[in-house]
Amino acid sequence: MEIAEELAKQQKAISVAEFFEKNRQILGFDSAPRALITCVKEAVDNSLDACEDAGILPDIFVQIKKNGEYYQVIVEDNGPGIVQEEIPRVFAKLLYGSRFHTLRQSRGQQGIGISAAVLYSQLTSGRPTKVISKIAPDRPARYCELLINTAKNEPEILKSEDMDWERPRGTRVELEMEGTYVRSRRQSVYGSLKSTAIVNPHARLTLVEPEGNVEVFERATESLPKKAYAISPHPDGIELGELIKLLRYTDKKKLRVFLKETFSSIGAISAQELCRLASLDPEEAPTGLDHEAASRLHCAFKQIKVKSPPVDCLSPIGEELIKAGLEKEFRLDYIATTVRPVSVYSGNPFLVEVGLGYGGELEKESRIELLRFANRVPLVYQQGACAVTHAVESVSWKNYSLGQPTGSGVPIGPAVLLVHIASTNIPFTSESKDAVADMPEILTEIDLGLKEVARKLRRYMSRQSVLSERREKEEIIRKILPRIAQKLSDVLERDVPDIGPVVAKIMGNLLVFRKVERNNGQLCVKIQVENHSELVRSFKLHEVLAVQADSVTPAAKVIPLGDGYDYHWKLSIGPGQSASLSYSIAAYGISLKELVVEGLEAEIVTGARVI
Amino acid sequence: MEKSDEKNEFERTLNIKKAEKSKLAEEKLLGLANTLYNQFQQGIVPHISLPSRTKGNIEFSTKDDVWIYGDQETTRSVKTVRGAKTLLKTVHLAELLIKEHIKNNRGSTLREIYYISENWDIAKFHEQAESDRLIEDLEIVTALHREDFHVRPEEDGAAVFGPLRLKEQTRRGEREMHCQEDVGEAGYQIPFNVDNIEFLSHDAKMVMAIETGGMYARLIENGFDEEYNAILVHIKGQPARSTRRIIKRLNAELNIPVVVFTDGDPWSYRIFASIAYGAIKSAHLSEHLVTPTARFLGVQPSDIVDYNLSTDKLTDQDMQALRSELTDPRFNTPYWEKQIRLQIDLKKKAEQQAFAGKGLDYVTKTYLPERLTEMGII
Repeated sequence: MEIAEELAKQQKAISVAEFFEKNRQILGFDSAPRALITCVKEAVDNSLDACEDAGILPDIFVQIKKNGEYYQVIVEDNGPGIVQEEIPRVFAKLLYGSRFHTLRQSRGQQGIGISAAVLYSQLTSGRPTKVISKIAPDRPARYCELLINTAKNEPEILKSEDMDWERPRGTRVELEMEGTYVRSRRQSVYGSLKSTAIVNPHARLTLVEPEGNVEVFERATESLPKKAYAISPHPDGIELGELIKLLRYTDKKKLRVFLKETFSSIGAISAQELCRLASLDPEEAPTGLDHEAASRLHCAFKQIKVKSPPVDCLSPIGEELIKAGLEKEFRLDYIATTVRPVSVYSGNPFLVEVGLGYGGELEKESRIELLRFANRVPLVYQQGACAVTHAVESVSWKNYSLGQPTGSGVPIGPAVLLVHIASTNIPFTSESKDAVADMPEILTEIDLGLKEVARKLRRYMSRQSVLSERREKEEIIRKILPRIAQKLSDVLERDVPDIGPVVAKIMGNLLVFRKVERNNGQLCVKIQVENHSELVRSFKLHEVLAVQADSVTPAAKVIPLGDGYDYHWKLSIGPGQSASLSYSIAAYGISLKELVVEGLEAEIVTGARVI
Repeated sequence: MEKSDEKNEFERTLNIKKAEKSKLAEEKLLGLANTLYNQFQQGIVPHISLPSRTKGNIEFSTKDDVWIYGDQETTRSVKTVRGAKTLLKTVHLAELLIKEHIKNNRGSTLREIYYISENWDIAKFHEQAESDRLIEDLEIVTALHREDFHVRPEEDGAAVFGPLRLKEQTRRGEREMHCQEDVGEAGYQIPFNVDNIEFLSHDAKMVMAIETGGMYARLIENGFDEEYNAILVHIKGQPARSTRRIIKRLNAELNIPVVVFTDGDPWSYRIFASIAYGAIKSAHLSEHLVTPTARFLGVQPSDIVDYNLSTDKLTDQDMQALRSELTDPRFNTPYWEKQIRLQIDLKKKAEQQAFAGKGLDYVTKTYLPERLTEMGII
């Protein structure tokens, strides 16, 4: 026998389950603390996806129990349940799922997550996974005990029977595994659920920790996120191999129809245009295209401009709920949010949402907290390898009132930054879904989103400084000036001086005051109006008198009232300018009323009533 | 009989002078309050202007040969919270000085004033430095001295030893003494108000201001004051106002030349500068406190070389202080320029006590006679 033939005997297919059995780090089970987090995360993701698909507000219960040397992880939801035939394959067959073949935003994509957890559980504890699921209140629940036959990547059912379950519907999964429970840091079951709660404000999450401590992350909204619909691939950035695959396996008979039906955002006109550009017959059968023709078509894709993919394949959190989510879990002074329009990378639509929380009880001197999310799933590990981090590091935060000592890197300051990427297919750097790959289109969108919220923060900060200046002035006026005036009167034993004119000057107000002199039974009244602001002030000044006045300068309009006369002047005074008005009136039995200013805000006038 | 007349005369003139000063102080303080009051009435944002107390704003007055404040002014106005609070504190302080001190003929120490402000609510001083500074401000605004407001410093224990007979008006009556014969080993303690002293007679050829207690005691032990007819003044580091005042009076009234003997480091040159040229912080009092003819005896940087003294290395702060002195207008003379540059090259400093390395008598038998001869004092 030839050596090659000898060797050929040893060649054999490897089951995907066997492969992951030996490469568990790829799936996120590389350390004991992380195994628990990943397991909880996969189960919770599945529950959230299922609830949302069924239009149910998720209510998810997570319990971690210490059971001898192993941990028991229990995740229970109020979702639609799983029909009994499907239970074994959903939980105990890798790469089995409903989402891989559709272009639609969902947490799970490949159908690996929960079966990987089952695999890890059976590897470390040797125990089967127990599943209960119920699909309707009037039907019995199904109880299964499952293992994975790794050689075949097929489920092994140890037990499958009906049982009573108090829930109307839902699914409960119970796994036993090696692990370590940590709490204090963000990379923990608690931290990951807290992050999940922020971007899923429609879900209630309950966590019972090993010591019996109960944490409830309450809902911030009662409305479900908009449902994401499945779409066809978008022509932008599609790769040649993908195109050839689509051409070969299509059931469409004409190229024109193939283009229109296979891709989103391509209509009859675009299809004709593509064929013209690629010098292909629109009526030709797509399956007949050779490699050279396919690559001409691929070139044509790059030449035409098609509209953005439809938004409804994605389900963004929305500015309001990002705000609600951040408010729910942090104490903040200010929150800025933005949702970017849908964009495309390699034919996959995606969009970026950013929320920035500032102030409150956040640490002032340390690096900001960065919360990364992909399709509403928190990304906890490998922050440094993620496109989100890279985009954050390359923004020059000093221009936006956050510290950045070296001019690049994660900024310093009392802030928390939330970045959510929603896509029909998130380009993760690995199957453990820890970090998003540096696709240029995604980096650009994150950068734009970050700068939008950063500009909002800068505006807020400058508004704050204007306000604090205003507060400072108020302190002077309300607390200090009256006391200086009082003390001066104590020292000098004179009347307390009027602080009005000084107040007007400090506040930049319009100051109105009278000077009255008595002269031969006449009162000579002089009204002085000073504009201490930096703007032109236009207004009417009213002097209501019981009797008619003489020598009114400048002339005023007079409106006789029942019991007197309303003299009024229309004035417009430039910044730093003043005006003098005067009149005289019989002094006998006269008492002057308060002057009235009409047409300005009360805060900017001193010395007169404002109407 | 004659003696008692003389005694009454001294006491009476002192009292009259005091009463006049008090009246003037009250008027000036009321005048300040009046200015602020009128500013309110005229709608002018209340403010007071003061010369800015920085190195850049002192200039040489040829009239008295001392350094005084220049024309640069800073304005305290109520436009800022800080300015407004300072003015409120100023008015509070003026009230205290007028109503408690001057009217009742009482006084407080600087420290006591800081504590009195405890009851002033938002006008309370945060630290004593703040109330001290404000009192200096009042001195500047009124052109008076804090003693005129009955404000006194804590005694700092600076002392005089030498052939001098004087009379001091104390709270318990008049005391007459000779600063060698009637005092202990530490000498005559300088009171805070030097203007209560009358010099009666002396037999001195020089006044020597000495920085450290160690050197002061060494000179007394070695009998330097008797041998050379020197009045020794222990200035205890940076000299207090009273110390500088008594040196000034000894120089101006009795015509005795003054020499200053300190360590050989940049900080000690500043001690000399405050005696001979005036301090930046209290340049408003220069005419009152400064002895323009005082001369620097040592330790000079050139002495480090000439006498081969044991030294310490200059620290970074020392170097910085030396460079800062090169830009200080008070040190802008060929003598200081040369000495400071020499020291920057040497990178070394020496203490007064360094002479002890050559024997306990070396300083009084060799160094001082040589230096004083060189300076033309003996």
